[in-house]
Amino acid sequence: MKPVIECHGLTKRHGKLTRLADLDLQVREGEVLALLGHNGAGKTTTMKLILGLISPSAGSLSVLGGAPDGPHAETLRRRLGYLPENVSFYEQLSGREVLDYFARLKRVDRRQVDELLERVGLAEAANRRVKTYSKGMRQRLGLAQALLGDPQLLLLDEPTTGLDPSATRDFYETVGELRERGCTVLLSSHVLPGIEPYIDRALILGAGRRLALGSLEELRREAALPLTVRARGSWPGTDWTQGWDAAQVAPRHLNGHALELGVHPTAKMAVLRRLTETPGVEDIELLPPTLEHLYAHFSAPHDTGGHS
Amino acid sequence: MNATLTVARKEFQDGLRNRWVLAIALILAALAVGIAWFGAAASGGMGFTTLSTTVVSLSTLAVFLIPLIALLLAYDAVVGEQESGTLLLLLTYPMSRTALLLGKFLGHGLILGAATVLGFGIAGIVIGIGADGIDIGQLVSSMGLLILSSVLLGWVFIAFAYLISVWVSEKARAAGLALGVWFLFVLVFDLGLLALLVSVQGGGDWLPWLLLLNPTDGFRLINMVGFDTAQAYTGVTAIASDIDFPISWLVLVMLGWIAVPLGFAILRFRHHSA
Repeated sequence: MKPVIECHGLTKRHGKLTRLADLDLQVREGEVLALLGHNGAGKTTTMKLILGLISPSAGSLSVLGGAPDGPHAETLRRRLGYLPENVSFYEQLSGREVLDYFARLKRVDRRQVDELLERVGLAEAANRRVKTYSKGMRQRLGLAQALLGDPQLLLLDEPTTGLDPSATRDFYETVGELRERGCTVLLSSHVLPGIEPYIDRALILGAGRRLALGSLEELRREAALPLTVRARGSWPGTDWTQGWDAAQVAPRHLNGHALELGVHPTAKMAVLRRLTETPGVEDIELLPPTLEHLYAHFSAPHDTGGHS
Repeated sequence: MNATLTVARKEFQDGLRNRWVLAIALILAALAVGIAWFGAAASGGMGFTTLSTTVVSLSTLAVFLIPLIALLLAYDAVVGEQESGTLLLLLTYPMSRTALLLGKFLGHGLILGAATVLGFGIAGIVIGIGADGIDIGQLVSSMGLLILSSVLLGWVFIAFAYLISVWVSEKARAAGLALGVWFLFVLVFDLGLLALLVSVQGGGDWLPWLLLLNPTDGFRLINMVGFDTAQAYTGVTAIASDIDFPISWLVLVMLGWIAVPLGFAILRFRHHSA
């Protein structure tokens, strides 16, 4: 099966500045890929290249079977949905009018407008002017706009910036539904907590370069970051700072009733064994490195400790 | 074409919603009726004077107001959407940039056209009903010409506003430049021409032609052609009193003043980096 997005050596230079350098990437159909990186890392540049808004300086890029900046653009643009960062829609128009405008421009059946408003939960506010909408409602309107015409590829640029946690969860749940329908989703974010369950792979960019690419599992293996083991209980006389291989286990926080250890993945079982064999231990908690830790690790390659 | 009409429809809808159409029409109607009735106040009289005086006064009013309104209406057409993020989105839609800009021009042009027709139309009707002994046929033809030329003048400045709007990247800069353009064409140009007129001693047959370099003077000339009285020629356009510019010619010049800046705006917009 041909990948939805395929690029080799994709490079974008802007004067002397290199926005994106030598990116190799393949995105399969139905995959949710997160683009992670600081501001200026190349996330938006990557999206603009995929959208055909800018042309690559070097390398090849194919989106849904063609170059997005050539004659293929016309067909491509009807099959993709895009939600830009910080878009504020026409304040004087109602939500339905805004969506109707975009549906006409995309030449989509306008019956979809009401369906989509219903789907993103704006059916009741459809006739109100956009200027009365909350940030979350505006973002949902933006998502409805991106979903016009059942796109095969969705690009969401910082979709949850400024949303409260429950709105963020709702947003990602909609993304999850789309994935089940076979829609390929590319989303960029710097709000990392909470997106792990909804993404298949992450691409970490830094200063225009690909720092890491893979599923969370693969990234964890590659990074070999210590996982955190927490234990609770009472253990008079046990000295947890002793008895480990110091390179693999780092006691971080201890008192008589709680213990936290930074454990290298290879030492995980040894640590668990010792904890379970210690009589006073009542509870053990195992925390694998989160996306945030992985992100910090990969975007700071010189900091070999990696754990913040 | 379809996309152009969609954009035009939305812009017009926006104009109605923002009450632009209503506001422009009311301002024009109120000022026009005021001028028709109090135009003679300076010479001690009150009430309607003559049609030629009224139309010339109205055209002087329009020369100041219409360009200002057009620039205000359209200066943020592109840069405003750029700032709100919708431009980036529109550029990912299946339509050309030319279609987008033409659609906006059509929409803004309609807003200004509808408001002008409404505003000056109301004034014309009030004059027709209220003034004694007026030739209705002549009133209709001069008001019609005034409306037509005002609309053309407005479109010229909408085109200028677009040129500014695609050139800059901040709304505030666009607003500043728009005021600059207004100042240049409405005030500075005529002053410069007057200075030139004073400094050129003999000859100077070519001077009237310079008027065509300013669309606002073109507008004035259109509205004076109908009246032979010397008093009709006000200000700097008086230098054109010896030359008869045919009206169709002047209209063509105005159309050129729309096409050139709009053409440059489209060219620039097509190479606009996203």
